Amino acid sequence: MSGSLAKMMRSDAGKGLTLVSPTLIYALLLLAAPLASIVLLSFWTQLATVAGQAQFDRTLQLSNYREALTDPLYRALMLRSLRISGMVMLVTVVLAFPVAYFISFHVRPDRKSLWLFLITIPFWTSYLIRVFLWRVILAYDGPVNSGLLALGVIDEPLGWILYNANSVVITLAHAYAPFAILPIFVALEKIDRSLLEAARDLGESKAMTFLRVTLPLAMPGVLAAVLIVFIPTIGDYVTPQLVGGSGGTMIANNIHAQIFALNDRPMGATLAVLAMLIVAMVLLWGIARARFWLWLMDRAGGGFAGIGLALAVAVAEITVIRVAFSQGPALIGAGASVIALLLVATALSAFILWRLPKGRWGI
Amino acid sequence: MSQKTPIVTLTGVQKYYGDYHALRGITAEIGQGEFFSLLGPSGCGKTTLLRSIAGFEDLSEGQLLLDGRDMEGVPPNKRPTNMVFQSYAIFPHMNVAENVGFGLRRSSMSTEEKRRAVGEALEMVGLGKFGARAAHALSGGQRQRVALARALIMKPKVLLLDEPLSALDKKMREVMQVELIRLQREVGITFILVTHDQEEALVMSDRIAVMFEGEIAQLADPETLYRRPNSRRVAEFIGMMNFLPATVLPTGPGGGRVALEVAGLGRAELETAQCPGGAAIGEAEIGLRPESLTVLYEGQSAEGGREAEGTVREVVYYGDMTYYDILIDGAPSPVRVSMRNMPGRRVLDFGARARLAWDPRAMVLFC
Repeated sequence: MSGSLAKMMRSDAGKGLTLVSPTLIYALLLLAAPLASIVLLSFWTQLATVAGQAQFDRTLQLSNYREALTDPLYRALMLRSLRISGMVMLVTVVLAFPVAYFISFHVRPDRKSLWLFLITIPFWTSYLIRVFLWRVILAYDGPVNSGLLALGVIDEPLGWILYNANSVVITLAHAYAPFAILPIFVALEKIDRSLLEAARDLGESKAMTFLRVTLPLAMPGVLAAVLIVFIPTIGDYVTPQLVGGSGGTMIANNIHAQIFALNDRPMGATLAVLAMLIVAMVLLWGIARARFWLWLMDRAGGGFAGIGLALAVAVAEITVIRVAFSQGPALIGAGASVIALLLVATALSAFILWRLPKGRWGI
Repeated sequence: MSQKTPIVTLTGVQKYYGDYHALRGITAEIGQGEFFSLLGPSGCGKTTLLRSIAGFEDLSEGQLLLDGRDMEGVPPNKRPTNMVFQSYAIFPHMNVAENVGFGLRRSSMSTEEKRRAVGEALEMVGLGKFGARAAHALSGGQRQRVALARALIMKPKVLLLDEPLSALDKKMREVMQVELIRLQREVGITFILVTHDQEEALVMSDRIAVMFEGEIAQLADPETLYRRPNSRRVAEFIGMMNFLPATVLPTGPGGGRVALEVAGLGRAELETAQCPGGAAIGEAEIGLRPESLTVLYEGQSAEGGREAEGTVREVVYYGDMTYYDILIDGAPSPVRVSMRNMPGRRVLDFGARARLAWDPRAMVLFC
């Protein structure tokens, strides 16, 4: 037995296992175990708080989930979280792309690492301080408003830039910018420059070369940026707490309230698990949709016809989803409609990802 | 070739990169339908010149005419040239047919016509059934064929090839050399090839420009370049050349001929054509190709009694050929002699004495 173990340890797989085992043990103890306990907790229910000590009903039941899916408050918070994260993702990636492009294509090779280093400078101060600073910058009498007033662009301070969803988007987009710039930069760096020359040589303008060669080849980096920004911002707690006001509260703030203010840990756990599942499904759905739309675009021969067709189909799909969301609760009940929508979307996404091969866009 | 109408005209082309002078006054005409090579060691400016013709580099000075049109300020996408890149630059996110049809997006052809054109282009390079193949699933030779088809489908006036064969193994390279010559004959397009491989240039080209340090050292057809290199440097770069010190004698025989005293060989008279770099009385050198020296076996003798004797200092056996380094008596360094191995012709041993026949008509003079 010890002989075969020793043999196993000498094999490549054994060596690999030995190498990752500290990380693996760490991950099991500190990631998987807490996650499992949260999932377990989410099926319990809160009874009462006796002398500050929570009492749980430890029978496994779905009542928390029923409540979370039917109560309009949770639904509104979840949708707002998705909307804000979606906006943050969009703003961050759209703004990060030109920066990454500039560093990769226009900065001298020996200066590139300096530029990347400069981009990480905001990380040198604490996240909390940076959020606070945004609160100062965006304040009613802050530099943005007073500057615009002094320039005569506005007559009275802008109210919509602080204590609502907009300020959360601005602050988070700034905080996550480096996470979006880096993967896009790496993808752009990997593009063989002779490909761009080849496209020019074959008669394409600079703009069309970008659309036909650079952008598709940078897509893996863009996708990575989307994931890296979207997933953590959904669960962000500090920024909405500090700059969100009541209109910018997100799901994590409610989880915090459940656990600490309302002392209902099972409900907090349920919301956390649901948030996780919904993010996973939305991402799956998003990737499947992107792949499908790009496939449609290519099928239609690319160009404006393809873009038009893909956009039309996308708008139609989103309309169907919106109608299902607004009419569903009245028809089959709130909880059932959400579950049905998620299941249909997930099944459809899985089907598309399974049947439709990864296209030239790398998605 | 110069009687053909020029499709590319370079006049006094200069290119600077900061302080670095990459092209120093290139002037040349390349004819319609010609297979033209730019040959030189790395860093000689041949690729810069090719990229200037393609439009990827701006000229610092001078003029470039393509089909009679001045190319100043014309971007690569508006030039009647197409390029086969050294790395082939196959678009990795497209399959073979999409790669080949890349440049047809702007053409007025219908989808059906484009499909047919792509099919024909692939057929022409022998990849008829590979249209749906993914770019990453191609071998080096296949990638090169795709790059060729992609450029030729554009029907360029000039096809530019940047070291297209350097990434291939020896066998494949020989196959592709023949293939390129066949293609060029078929389509009749002017090919400009950049290469550092002199053999490749000799095999494929109608004319070759040998470049050193941003200048054209010699522009000639392959035979002239091989037989009458105009400088020692060109001679060294093209094939193998033996050099022997010589003295140009003041008492010439007249009639434009030059009399020499060559170390180890003796007196020789050369035609003016054998002095492409000119001749001046005094110290000089002659060049002799290894195949123009012959080892004499017992009973054989050289015509005109032009014989020399020496000692075998090295024997390199290649199967079909044997290369000898022979130190001729009175010469300062050994000369290389190549002999075809034939039945009844034994291979000389190291250290043996050998008799050599030489021919003054094969000599080139460098002053």
